[in-house]
Amino acid sequence: MMAEPRFTVAVTGMNAQPENPGPGLAVARCLREAYGPRVRIIGLGYDALDPGLYLGEYCDSAHMLSYPSGGSDAMLERLAGIHAAERIELLIPCLDAELPQMVSAAPRLAAMGIRTFLPDAQTLARRTKDRLPELCALAGVGCPEIKPVASASFFRNCQADGWSYPMVVKGPFYDARIVRNAEEGAAAFHAIAAEWGLPVLAQRFVAGEEYNLSGVADGDARLLGEVMMKKRALTAKGKAWAGVTIYDQGLADCARRLVQALAWKGPLEVEMMRDAAGRYHLIEINPRFPSWIYLSQGVGRNLPALLTELAFGRPAPALAAPRPGTMFIRYALETIVPLGDFEKLIMGGDLSRELDPKNPLQNEFCNGKPRGAGGEISPPFVMNSGRSPEPEGAL
Amino acid sequence: MNDRARVFPDAETVARLALSDSGFVFDPVSGRSYSVNATGLALLRLLQKPTGLAEVVAALQARFKGEAATLERDVIEFASVLRSQIK
Repeated sequence: MMAEPRFTVAVTGMNAQPENPGPGLAVARCLREAYGPRVRIIGLGYDALDPGLYLGEYCDSAHMLSYPSGGSDAMLERLAGIHAAERIELLIPCLDAELPQMVSAAPRLAAMGIRTFLPDAQTLARRTKDRLPELCALAGVGCPEIKPVASASFFRNCQADGWSYPMVVKGPFYDARIVRNAEEGAAAFHAIAAEWGLPVLAQRFVAGEEYNLSGVADGDARLLGEVMMKKRALTAKGKAWAGVTIYDQGLADCARRLVQALAWKGPLEVEMMRDAAGRYHLIEINPRFPSWIYLSQGVGRNLPALLTELAFGRPAPALAAPRPGTMFIRYALETIVPLGDFEKLIMGGDLSRELDPKNPLQNEFCNGKPRGAGGEISPPFVMNSGRSPEPEGAL
Repeated sequence: MNDRARVFPDAETVARLALSDSGFVFDPVSGRSYSVNATGLALLRLLQKPTGLAEVVAALQARFKGEAATLERDVIEFASVLRSQIK
């Protein structure tokens, strides 16, 4: 019997700090459970302490990327180097801040032989937080007013302009804080501006409960495989620590209208507030899988695998019917890291590990070399490892 | 408006609740879960059918041996909590 062909998928967002984990590790886990050893997973991170990079059961090798602030050329040069070693066939970016560059670079990545499954730059820009009211008007979906704020003085004078407390102060990519007065507003403004830059956004507060939906849009205005989740426990940063699948046709309809209005392509997460009357209000659209995406595998709707099939031009696989009432609870776990692995990532930006023969999920090969032949690659470049600390006690 | 619509949440809303024999109740639309005692569970099961207040009270009286007036008061109080929690 012929073995099914193996393929290589690179996944970013391997950070997994418990209070705000990136989605990459959950995406890799979904792919591993869908395809087993048929998929080679390349973990990409921005920090040598991103834990997903060290988890050999999910990442067959790991590499550091240059920060998005380093520019598109640096990112592409780095990806080209990794591609030369790994032969990436599909790249799944998982972080908001890198999406604009990844989307812009998609044609050049395609020319290199790296597939993506993403919207175009114009579509990506139409779901930024400051443009949500415009999008929602088109889609017929409720949305609280959002205002770009360039100065903390807004929070002292806003009531004259018809704004009232509480309101939500947000960064362009990350962070959202509910503020109850001008002092809290100014403090949130300064903290968010310092971390994420301007403009900071003020959003009217919607009383209600938050619900999330993730799915994959096929590029023909169709939303596939939607999974809906209600958070049941939060981290200090408001991220889901536990959650349960739900099914609400009203939420699904809102998401479908948004996908249609955007002509979206790729993964997305829709965050909505449901008010006391049962009406939904759009809070955010994230252009990627959420960190709770492993729940999709848990309900028989493995969305990263669905995206992979679409990206390779294959028909969408059959999915289980929606299954409300399935819970997840996240937990923190330590992994033991040989210092040499850390050294490889911090010094060279690359880590290819020897295989664990006891782990049936791992590949038979490492970097294309048969087991036992050694998986080391010589990086053809010197890597800027971003925020990574300097090696301690350097000689 | 009949007494069912006046007192109880609409039948469609109650019908969507997943009820376990243990008294664990899950609302698949809101994602909330609740726990109820044996009387509450019996009442929810009655409410998942198109049943009026008088029928509910009679069914509970047959099973739990309470006075009709007391049962009716308890049912109305339970229904009020239900209406505030499940929408």
